[in-house]
Amino acid sequence: MAKTGVNSGSRGKKGLKRKAAAEEPQEAAVAEDGATESGVQPPKAAAFPPGFSISEIKNKQRRHLMFTRWKQQQRKEKLAIKKKLKKEREALGDKAPPKPVPKTIDNQRVYDETVVDPNDEEVAYDEATDEFASYFNRQTSPKILITTSDRPHGRTVRLCEQLSTVIPNSHVYYRRGLALKKIIPQCISRDFTDLIVINEDRKTPNGLILSHLPNGPTAHFKMSSVRLRKEIKRRGKDPTEHIPEIILNNFTTRLGHSVGRMFASLFPHNPQFIGRQVATFHNQRDYIFFRFHRYIFKSEKKVGIQELGPRFTLKLRSLQKGTFDSKYGEYEWVHKPREMDTSRRKFHL
Amino acid sequence: MRQDPAHPHLIATGGKENALKVWDLQGSEEPVFRAKNVRNDWLDLRVPIWDQDIQFLPESQKLVTCTGYHQVRVYDPASPQRRPVLEATYGEYPLTAMTLTPGANSVIVGNTHGQLAEIDLRQGRLLGCLKGLAGSVRGLQCHPSKPLLASCGLDRVLRVHRIRNPRGLEHKVYLKSQLNCLLLSGRDNWEDEPQEPQEPKKAPLEDTETDELWASLEAAAKRKLPDLERTQGALQTRRRKKQRPGSTSP
Repeated sequence: MAKTGVNSGSRGKKGLKRKAAAEEPQEAAVAEDGATESGVQPPKAAAFPPGFSISEIKNKQRRHLMFTRWKQQQRKEKLAIKKKLKKEREALGDKAPPKPVPKTIDNQRVYDETVVDPNDEEVAYDEATDEFASYFNRQTSPKILITTSDRPHGRTVRLCEQLSTVIPNSHVYYRRGLALKKIIPQCISRDFTDLIVINEDRKTPNGLILSHLPNGPTAHFKMSSVRLRKEIKRRGKDPTEHIPEIILNNFTTRLGHSVGRMFASLFPHNPQFIGRQVATFHNQRDYIFFRFHRYIFKSEKKVGIQELGPRFTLKLRSLQKGTFDSKYGEYEWVHKPREMDTSRRKFHL
Repeated sequence: MRQDPAHPHLIATGGKENALKVWDLQGSEEPVFRAKNVRNDWLDLRVPIWDQDIQFLPESQKLVTCTGYHQVRVYDPASPQRRPVLEATYGEYPLTAMTLTPGANSVIVGNTHGQLAEIDLRQGRLLGCLKGLAGSVRGLQCHPSKPLLASCGLDRVLRVHRIRNPRGLEHKVYLKSQLNCLLLSGRDNWEDEPQEPQEPKKAPLEDTETDELWASLEAAAKRKLPDLERTQGALQTRRRKKQRPGSTSP
């Protein structure tokens, strides 16, 4: 009955269930007897020495075989457990306990002490005196300048044009080799409130610098997954001139709050609901997804949406306190990959 | 501007395009020591000056400055040369804050990217870095005897680090506004003290070029020693907000 395990299984009988560790010869014998019905001569049982693992087999084919067999057994056991649970649930009917919530990375997020409490008066005071206060008090209305890095290619130019249709009161200008630090005082003198620079690399846009103008914060983002209008499937007609509504999702921490306010200050404060257009900035796991839709309420609870406009994904790289000055400016938050990305469940926005 | 803790009548000033000068408040109108700029660099261009923070070294007349062009310089008024005795560079970003370590001949500097480094003053080399800060370092102070360092910055968190064996973060507290400067106080009941004697201590920590940012920045965070266990609630009550009458965002 007890044979050297390595040789006996070489016939590759998949019907024989076998666990690599700690198997008694008697159990194997029983399994063998069960397998005689298949009509093939059952191989003799193998007794593995305790503490044996499949990965110690030197022969690759044999090892692979043992592993697949083990995997199939695991799968079968898992299916059996699931079926049993399902049966029990059906048997209990209404009295069944509620289904357990599966663990996701968003669920397991590390507790962040900087999450903003809506009733926090210190944060409210801070926001009443920061650079965006004049926008939120309706004293200024936004005027945006959109430009690119020098010598942009077609995709970037088209993205700028489409962005200018999405963001009301925005103007696109070609860069023509001008230094940003020289552009900024000129913008301030012409009453621009925000500057957007789309950086391009190898003919695709890959970065976004958003600078609030009269000495406000500058945010530098990595941009990825850019889709222009013609690349979006099942899209609606071009957006109209109506001012869109804004949706800001999931900007919970203090840093996220500041970034969310930056985005909100790009659009005028009075959305025109007749236009039924909405721009969404959705933050999930530190990635900000931008979408532009047109919605229509079919009934009280059913909404139809059509995606218009460009879509892209942003990731914050740094938030600087003044206007754009990467060398001598003071940074409020800098993303440091080796220090901040050590945990998969910790997010900063 | 910084006051010499050993000789209270000596103050040192410096700033952007403003070389280091040491003044004697009881003496004449002229500065006691006026520093000279270093020689032109390898392209024969004038090296710009931007002193961000000054410290007096104890038991000697030397001064250390850190500049916005990521240099750390040691000046010695006792020696005949007015140029810096030692110059060391760290990083690529302006150094904003500096503090002396207890006992050892080294300083800890912080820059606008949140990097903290300990630099040896005898040889001018980097001894090690401290990590953790995500924003510009605005205030640094070392404990006079224990190897502890308190740092605060624009990322709204106050941190206490251990400088030696082993180097690392001891404790951090989230304070909800951007922190500008900090003070380690040895007194136990500083809250009961009248406000006026504490105000002059804060003045030397201001730099000239941060004045325009004051209106949008909030208070100083105060930190009490040696009690390190602190709840956030207790710290909030102790923090004072600077009321700036009629301040509007610039």
